[in-house]
Amino acid sequence: MSDANPDLIARQLRFKLIQMSHAASTPHLASALSCVDILVAAYWNVLRIDATRPTDAARDRFILSKGHAATALYATLAERGFFPKDWLESFGKFRAPLAEQPAPNCAPGVELATGSLGHGLPVGVGMAMAARIQKQDYRVFVCMSDGECNEGTVWEAAMFAPAQKLERLTVIVDYNKWQATGRSNEIMALEPLRDKWAAFGWDAHDVDGHDITAVTRLLKNVAPGRPTAIIAHTVKGKGVSFMQDDNNWHYRTPKPEEVETARKELGLA
Amino acid sequence: MRNAFAKQITELAQRDERVVLLSGDIGNRLFDDLKAKCPDRFFNCGVAEANMVGVAAGMAMSGLRPICYTITPFITYRCMEQIRVDVCYHHQPVIIVGTGAGLSYASLGATHHSCEEMGMLRLLPGLAVVAPADAMEVRAALKAALKQNNPVYIRIGKKGEPVVHQTEPNLEIGKAIPLRDGTDVCLLSAGNMLPAAVETADRLAKEGVSARVVSFHTIKPLDEATLKDAFGNFKLVVTMEEHSILGGLGGSVAEWISAQAPAKARLLRCGTPDEFLHETAEQEDAREHFGLTPAAMAARIKAALG
Repeated sequence: MSDANPDLIARQLRFKLIQMSHAASTPHLASALSCVDILVAAYWNVLRIDATRPTDAARDRFILSKGHAATALYATLAERGFFPKDWLESFGKFRAPLAEQPAPNCAPGVELATGSLGHGLPVGVGMAMAARIQKQDYRVFVCMSDGECNEGTVWEAAMFAPAQKLERLTVIVDYNKWQATGRSNEIMALEPLRDKWAAFGWDAHDVDGHDITAVTRLLKNVAPGRPTAIIAHTVKGKGVSFMQDDNNWHYRTPKPEEVETARKELGLA
Repeated sequence: MRNAFAKQITELAQRDERVVLLSGDIGNRLFDDLKAKCPDRFFNCGVAEANMVGVAAGMAMSGLRPICYTITPFITYRCMEQIRVDVCYHHQPVIIVGTGAGLSYASLGATHHSCEEMGMLRLLPGLAVVAPADAMEVRAALKAALKQNNPVYIRIGKKGEPVVHQTEPNLEIGKAIPLRDGTDVCLLSAGNMLPAAVETADRLAKEGVSARVVSFHTIKPLDEATLKDAFGNFKLVVTMEEHSILGGLGGSVAEWISAQAPAKARLLRCGTPDEFLHETAEQEDAREHFGLTPAAMAARIKAALG
């Protein structure tokens, strides 16, 4: 992979997720596909990280709070050299390091065991406060799902972080408009989502969550005295025509011929 | 106990730069000294306890030693999953302190009682559960908890409770503190029941019954050596706690003894029954309602001895 071509990186990552979902028969493929471009922007363009020193106290922290999209994080970390790529092949197998949702310290680069929604942001707030107490300048990024914004703890933390003026904290909402069993804005009144975060005191922005350049620009944003919220408008199942915006792919796993079709659609040999 | 907690935490924070206190919008003026001495390590996290526990876990993952403090039901029942996932699953050395535990805040109603939380929390892997008896034990328990590399839950009372220990005892988590020797019955007391346990022993002595009194401050891990001694050498072992007889000290001891060879002693559990307190009551009234006064407990012990 070339660092010069984020679009190709994203397409290759997407195909890897499809292969992993197929090989391990694991759900949540569409949720993982929707956040790939956010991860590419963060891990290739923004985060101050060193794969050879994954526990360096000064590293930036990236928490994938939507733990059900773990394949996207695993494939990203493997591609960035945090652990061998063959770990992806044993994904989901008995006693393999990489489980359907990440366990504590399961692999270098995984900052938090997630899976239960609404935990990543409070923990990220604690990490950002710790940085200030310890006079470190690292940044903390928390990527959440839109369904996750149903959880009360998200809004407890959303009120607390601006009170603490945590300008080195950034939230990215992967707003793919679906949660497990329905339209996210019908189940809970999420909208107006950007305005909600802005009203809570965040420097809040809407962005096309598949525009890696635009996401990168916002991830680099640090607003004086305020945390940043990025509402990344995405498409669930992004990249494959028969998965895009079809919520059946929250649970479905691809058949061999579907893997092959996806490979062609992604333009990969 | 609250004041002892505030003083001890201030001392510890001055000695150890990793110590951070998170409060759930309680302790009005209680932490003024800490705020003055360590202004960047006290945080009022508002009435948002679940967030507070997650924040504490994030701080601990970053090398700090956070202590979460608020009224017991809110820092336990309300954020059970945060304690389980953020703190215990990640095995982070967060200290969780519940104040007004048991029936301390009886007059505020059952929303403010906590007679089930030790039973819930002791099921969480890796979490120590500690119920100090008085202000001296609160100080010692905090110091001991800070030496641990695992999470610790400490339940404390309110202010102005009688002090049993003349000086600060050497408190080791998981090791009970013997207070008075006896030969007939062994009283194992958790938390703020210790003064009542001592008075119960006094009453029994007047009636010719010799009671050993132990401050059994750690509900998990259990002090098995003390339990073996108690069940091997006495006629009756009595647990005393401002907690349900299910799941707390009495419940833990019942589980433990059921897996041992037949013992000499029987077990009598003094605690609250499987019900809420619906009466208007101060703490002493609530104890009377549940048969937790020295007179009531002494009578039950006499009856059990036959």
